[in-house]
Amino acid sequence: MEAIADWFKWLNAAHGINLTIFYDDFDRARFLRGLLTTLWLSVVCIALSVVIGVVGAWVQGSRFRLLRRLVQGYIQFFRNTPPLIQLYFFYFAVGGLLPRVTDAHGALVPPVSNYAWAIISFSFFAGAFNVEIFRAGIEAVPRTTVEAAEALGYSRLKAYIHVVLPLAFRVSLPALNNNLVNLVKTTTLAYAIGVSEMLYAASQIWSEVLNVREMMNVLLIVYVLVVGALVWLMGRWERAMRMPGYGV
Amino acid sequence: MLKTILAGAALALALTSVADAQTLDKIKQRGSIVVGVKNDYKPWGFLDPSGKIVGMEIDLAQDVANRLNAKLELIPVVAANRMEFLQQGRIDLIIATLGDTAQRRTVIGMIEPNYYAGGTNVLAPKSAGLKDWKQLKDRKVCAIQGAYYNRRVTQLYGPELVSFTGIPEVLNALQQGNCIAFVFDNTLIDSTLSSGDPKWANYEMPLVTEDEQPWAIAVPLPELNGPYGEFMKKVSIDWHKTGKIVELEKKWGIKPSPFVAEMHQKHKAM
Repeated sequence: MEAIADWFKWLNAAHGINLTIFYDDFDRARFLRGLLTTLWLSVVCIALSVVIGVVGAWVQGSRFRLLRRLVQGYIQFFRNTPPLIQLYFFYFAVGGLLPRVTDAHGALVPPVSNYAWAIISFSFFAGAFNVEIFRAGIEAVPRTTVEAAEALGYSRLKAYIHVVLPLAFRVSLPALNNNLVNLVKTTTLAYAIGVSEMLYAASQIWSEVLNVREMMNVLLIVYVLVVGALVWLMGRWERAMRMPGYGV
Repeated sequence: MLKTILAGAALALALTSVADAQTLDKIKQRGSIVVGVKNDYKPWGFLDPSGKIVGMEIDLAQDVANRLNAKLELIPVVAANRMEFLQQGRIDLIIATLGDTAQRRTVIGMIEPNYYAGGTNVLAPKSAGLKDWKQLKDRKVCAIQGAYYNRRVTQLYGPELVSFTGIPEVLNALQQGNCIAFVFDNTLIDSTLSSGDPKWANYEMPLVTEDEQPWAIAVPLPELNGPYGEFMKKVSIDWHKTGKIVELEKKWGIKPSPFVAEMHQKHKAM
């Protein structure tokens, strides 16, 4: 550990490549905290957005027109507005209207923190795309298969869970992959409302240490690794779920 | 895979190499000087109702342009990008409430004598009842991304900083109760509180101002001791000698800074 720190100190002294995150405890701690926040935001938002997608796609096939309209409205709202504007809208416009609550220090604070707004906003944003992705998958399930399930006495919900969704999921995976990769990259926007994810941590460091070039490279490499890991996982999952003779 | 990443990194490094031309020649050729200024720091640099950038620092920029017989072009900058803009040659000069620190001196050319000075304090609602910097521990405190005092305040007092890119966002977050205080330059807090805006009637600057830092105008580092840097140093001396900054403080309703008064006395005598 000492040796690594010394080597990076030498690198700065000799070549002017200043990577404080390897030898300054304060900078390293906040960069790692940023990385963890990014991973945590990504995992939570991926899980929530997939749930939203699955539920939304099911509601879209509902018999009630009002429900279908509601989901349609939700998709239009979140798909047709930029995520950064949604984030600002939630945090500054909606957040200001909510009644205040008392926190542990006895101060009046808004009930939803910036972290929570980031999760809500990104989950709904990616969820809107997921609904459409799953709908496409569901429509690819042959009508005859659904009818066969009905003939066996499955209710609409049970048929959805046990027959339609497992098949639709396989068709949807490549598109879902794309959207989830996008979601991980979108989490960087949270820095605009002061969520200390990786870009936020890096920008704090480079504006103090003035090593923009170095930190930009670090950011790029770490994101390539993080997104690479996600793509690899999803690829494995896709292969594990492959059904010979069905779909891709 | 590793090779691809390394190649990408090398490309990124190559693309950001710095262009340095002789700025004075560039200004003459172009007939204009491009100055990076703040547009959210009332009354140093802010937008008037018509959307034009005005303020004390804009008057200073205009003065520099007049001395060079050049037209003045303003580019709004924020703390987190102004030094990069200067290094890349996108602007010729920074006059943007820039704190003069040893670390920053290694990348840009700080003009001496410094033209202004400000310290660190917080803007907080009176109801927060702040009296001591230590009370900030583990509380949410708003800040501006890239401000030099963020690190010092975090290390000394341990608040949970919530930083934004612009001052309007911070003020909004503060008013909504997203943070209990806004750590910032005492000069701006002073002028915000004394603006008479009813929005700030229940706010105060409760702590002792710490860590006074001089502000500097800045030129590209390689030119600090060249003709351009020397010219700007003379301009800065002249501002103190003639009392230009004292005058501008009055014009823009800024509380007279002891630093400026002292510099004026010192240079007047010379």
